[in-house]
Amino acid sequence: MKYKTQKVAYWAFALSMLLIILQLTYGFIQAFAHLGYDGLHEWIPFNTSMAVHKNLLVVWILSGFMGAAYYIIPDESDHELIFPKLAYLQLAALAVVGVIAVVGFHFNWWEGRKFLEIPRELDFLVVVDVLLFLFIILGTLWKAKKRTTTAMILSVGLLAAALLYLPGMIWFDNHALDSFFRWWVVHLWVEGVWELIMGGILAYLLIKLTGVDREVIEKWLYVIVGLTFLSGILGTGHHYYYTGAPSYWLIIGGIFSALEPLAFMGMALFALNMYKKGEKRHPNKTAINWTLGTAIVSFAGAGLLGLAHTLPQVNLYTHGTFVTAMHGHLAFWGAYGMLVFAIITYVMPNLTGRKLYNNSLSSYAFWLSLIGMLGMVAAFAAMGVTQVALERRLGMAFMDVQAELKPHFWVLVITASIFTIGILLYVWNFIKFGLPKDEAIGMEDKFQAI
Amino acid sequence: MLSKKQALLFFLGGTIMFSIIFIALSIDTVAKGIPQHTHEENMTKAVVAGRVLWDENNCMGCHTLMGEGAYYAPELTKVYDRQGPDVIKAILTSKVPWAPHGRKMVAYGFSDQEAENLIAFFKWIGEIDLNGYPAPPPLKNKLK
Repeated sequence: MKYKTQKVAYWAFALSMLLIILQLTYGFIQAFAHLGYDGLHEWIPFNTSMAVHKNLLVVWILSGFMGAAYYIIPDESDHELIFPKLAYLQLAALAVVGVIAVVGFHFNWWEGRKFLEIPRELDFLVVVDVLLFLFIILGTLWKAKKRTTTAMILSVGLLAAALLYLPGMIWFDNHALDSFFRWWVVHLWVEGVWELIMGGILAYLLIKLTGVDREVIEKWLYVIVGLTFLSGILGTGHHYYYTGAPSYWLIIGGIFSALEPLAFMGMALFALNMYKKGEKRHPNKTAINWTLGTAIVSFAGAGLLGLAHTLPQVNLYTHGTFVTAMHGHLAFWGAYGMLVFAIITYVMPNLTGRKLYNNSLSSYAFWLSLIGMLGMVAAFAAMGVTQVALERRLGMAFMDVQAELKPHFWVLVITASIFTIGILLYVWNFIKFGLPKDEAIGMEDKFQAI
Repeated sequence: MLSKKQALLFFLGGTIMFSIIFIALSIDTVAKGIPQHTHEENMTKAVVAGRVLWDENNCMGCHTLMGEGAYYAPELTKVYDRQGPDVIKAILTSKVPWAPHGRKMVAYGFSDQEAENLIAFFKWIGEIDLNGYPAPPPLKNKLK
């Protein structure tokens, strides 16, 4: 690292590590409940484990983004973070709000809105917390003289993500209207502004890892985020097919969401080409694996598996089935999970001065989590296809079909175990790095050597 | 070859243009489309009270409604037609977990009034024009 204040990033990443383990725990509770082992029902009913699983995902990814920003912004702008103590406070507050929310979910304190279950009272705390974060990031950019495209795209993405949280906080008596605006948050996050954040982090990693000229990388970054918004904004329409909105969304959502894979394909080709073009070979091979991995797996998960059920004629039968879970898992893991892991993998040696990157632990972590997740997605795909065929096409009753899905849930449990082992190895390696040290300042150059 | 400035213009131009189209369509949807499709004039106090209960108890954490939610328990868009108000009321007011095929629902033990409100909500949801969702199973008649 170059600046002392970049050490804040470590704590954001540590929070991510803690929360992903909790998220996986609740995922297993859900899978076993599906298999009929619901001994925890009285304390953790399914809707609780679901809310925890989904919200922890959002929080650990956001925490990862915050850590990325706390590391990248000082580096890109050649300036210490302003008010670093506030940054620690901001992260601690995020953790506290997260804990209160998760505990609240166990006591029926929530809103029944998928992905946005955090109750309204806590929403305001989230807003204050994010404003504090943005104040530190944007304030640092303001004070610094250097403002790179990469830093700007990342910051604009973070700012837009914060603004888009607001439509989700308005109360509507009409359930269909509530749903309409819920997607303004969820869709325009994951298929919109989060991709700006992804593009910014990816560009930063590619600049560092491949040594390709910044101007070339940043030019293509504009093209990719341009494609994202060109398709993704009107692509929101694919959530409005069958939820009480007018039928023009069938055409608009169908056409534009079918274009959404282009942005992800652009991202994958961009990463692969820059890697091939790069003359410099950074020694942190695992970081390269995660970086190329996030670009490719997001194309497969968010792009192709999204395309698989985005056309209205198909979605009429797949809407509200495990086909969505298939797409959701690979999309979130590929685009955002692996991205956070990529930046952590790149950053940790620089923060701690320890070269724990090409060891077998980090290599097994990458491959086991990837193989495990692909297996999980295959299990969800089998469930989805079975459910669509039996329930939606043949008209069998819901619970009769659920019984048919059990074998696939066993596959899910086995493959999720492989995934979890990968994650645990990663976390173990993270712990082995130890705490960030001031002595690591300036050591980055040592790692850049060929 | 594309310059960085042209790339920036592509990004800004596309984003602004499609944002404007999206917002214009959203205004139409919010002001006209959704109120018409959902028959907002039928949204009585009971329907809204039912919607509050739906929200407060995170029902979509297990069920789907209009296809949205979780896949642990049945889709409820047409539950009013499928089960009728009496069965729904029995389930909602039950003090022991309703557990068809062994899969447990939380025993909410709602009051009669609360159950009536939720039933009004389900009835209203069932009448929304959902562009053909849920579709009747096309292969049902092919089974002998």
